[in-house]
Amino acid sequence: MSLEATGWGEWLLVFIMAAITLATRLGGVVVMTKVPITAPVERFIAGMSGSVLVALLAPLALDGDMGARSALATTAAVMLVTRKPLPAISAGLFAAALVRHGWTW
Amino acid sequence: MLMGMTCQESPPLLHDLNRDLVWRGFVQMLPIALFVMVFGAAFGLAAVQSGVSPAMAVAMSALVFAGAAQFAALDMWGPQISVITLAATVFAINARHLLMGATLYPWLRHLSVSRRYGLMVLASDANWAMAMQAKDRQQPGFGILLGGGLALWVFWVLGTGLGVAFGGLVQDARPLGLDMVMGCFLLAMVFGDQLSARMLVIWIAAAGTSLLAHRVLHNNCHVVLGTLAGGLLSMAWVEAPSES
Repeated sequence: MSLEATGWGEWLLVFIMAAITLATRLGGVVVMTKVPITAPVERFIAGMSGSVLVALLAPLALDGDMGARSALATTAAVMLVTRKPLPAISAGLFAAALVRHGWTW
Repeated sequence: MLMGMTCQESPPLLHDLNRDLVWRGFVQMLPIALFVMVFGAAFGLAAVQSGVSPAMAVAMSALVFAGAAQFAALDMWGPQISVITLAATVFAINARHLLMGATLYPWLRHLSVSRRYGLMVLASDANWAMAMQAKDRQQPGFGILLGGGLALWVFWVLGTGLGVAFGGLVQDARPLGLDMVMGCFLLAMVFGDQLSARMLVIWIAAAGTSLLAHRVLHNNCHVVLGTLAGGLLSMAWVEAPSES
């Protein structure tokens, strides 16, 4: 089924996107109300919480351009030294901007 | 208002939620939200260039509130749009929200049903990550989840409106490195955790699975598969019972 992206069709598409996104936001909680929280379930949840971020970042780091890689490497380095997110993020963005303006290491 | 007074069995009240906590979460998220506004402007411009009407671009940001899925939708925008393809793509990109909701559930379960689901409506990467970090520090995290979500939402919608109206101002966020804000932010959250050898091995499994899926499958499900791999390894691997 396909819709025309004009008038009501466009609205309907946006509502479909919104409904699906809302379902993903609420769905995890709905599922967990049915699952008894045993020790293995607790370990599963704890393992997922860091893994979501790592799984999101890995392709960004490995398949990204040099700017993206420099940004992530710089953020990680500054974060490990200072433990302060904002300086780490700012340094990362600065590194990406430098590399993309032709600066090489 | 009985906020935060309904459950008092655990001393730090990690599921505490009141107006002050929400406001503090809003303020705490503002530096990131300002960057998000620039992304929003980039989205607004890209949306108009893809043939989305200005009002629809702003409505999409307000109702969907999920940057990656919205940018992906623009790629499909045209005279005829396949509903199934659009729906599947949006679901695949946003499926990580399911896992985020599950990770918050041990704390959300202490809240009333309406509050439990109300809090999740604005859940996204940044405010979820900060909420989880607050939990790790034994601090209440729902203020940052809701207040931070509100800040992100307001500036995402505002930015989209600015991009639609004055698109020429932000031709491309890439040369300025601004497309990396979310990536750098989330990485900073990862390194804010306490690192253990067990966690590192779990993350390597998650990263490896994600990369493999990203290269082999090309269907946006790498985040979910990587996350599940990390979760399953963690479930199978019982920690040495040395510390609590």
